[in-house]
Amino acid sequence: MSERTERTGASDPSPLWEVFVRARRGLAHSHVGSLHAPDAEVALRHARDLYTRRQEGVSIWVVPASAITASSPDEKDAFFDPAADKVYRHPTFYEVPEGVAHL
Amino acid sequence: MSAPFAFTLALGDDALIAAQRLAEWSTRAPEMEEDIALANIALDQLGAARLLLTYAGELEGAGRDEDALAFLRDDREFRNCLLVELPNGDFAVTMAKLLALSAYQLPLYTALAGCADERLAAIGGKARKESAYHLDHAALWVKRLGDGTEESHRRMQAGVDQVWPYVHELFAAQPEAPIDPATLRGDFDATVAAVLAEATLAVPQSGWAPAGGRDGVHTEHLSYLLAEMQVLHRAHPGARW
Repeated sequence: MSERTERTGASDPSPLWEVFVRARRGLAHSHVGSLHAPDAEVALRHARDLYTRRQEGVSIWVVPASAITASSPDEKDAFFDPAADKVYRHPTFYEVPEGVAHL
Repeated sequence: MSAPFAFTLALGDDALIAAQRLAEWSTRAPEMEEDIALANIALDQLGAARLLLTYAGELEGAGRDEDALAFLRDDREFRNCLLVELPNGDFAVTMAKLLALSAYQLPLYTALAGCADERLAAIGGKARKESAYHLDHAALWVKRLGDGTEESHRRMQAGVDQVWPYVHELFAAQPEAPIDPATLRGDFDATVAAVLAEATLAVPQSGWAPAGGRDGVHTEHLSYLLAEMQVLHRAHPGARW
């Protein structure tokens, strides 16, 4: 059902890390790329150098790529197509009363 | 040479030569991420060098700007410490050098940030944050290599041992200077001892203490570095990008 990035094991001195950066307060962390580092602390330092050089962020997360479980491209149809004809999931059946702001 | 000029020139030269040496790692670092980290640190040093040399030129009052000071002096006129001109060696030696340099620059720039000279205070205020990061980066690797494998421990200790004699020159007393480097030694020793302890490395015995950089008497390595650094400006004076 899913594919897991192949674990390289403890023998890999510099495994892959995925980097997430929050651009500013109030926004969610977004995936920006990946890098190699021997451990989390070094990964964080490298992420600072690689992805926040131009003040792109106020917070960084690094996650071992091996810890991420991803949906498989082969199962795209089974995963996502069933949502295509379920229009009732979209909030389009409500009438908005007059004078309601900020909706 | 007035004391403020000599002091500012020495700091600027430290940063300039450190930048040039670190930049030699570009495309040669153990991994791409480290390549960028070292280039970043080199550029921080270059940024500090430009501010310091520009100000040194103004203090001298002879019309020399940052370029004249960086590119048109010979080795005997440079006032940098010997530590920064030493060859890079292996990665462990470079990290030992960076640890020593940043553990010296951080308290120095921090003290400068509060000194009476406004220009030096502004430069210190900007550079100390960068130095804190350089120290963090060097400490991180010294700990990992020192407390790593048998081979990495051996090479990290060898790096620290190789660099150690050259740290004493950094703290030679300059009572006339805006900040007397001798007052920074305690801070340096405490910082470095803590890092080395966590790295399971021994603090080397202090003995031989080569010096001379502040008087323009350098190792044979500086001339080669300057030749590479200055050739473009000397071949094409005033060349611009």
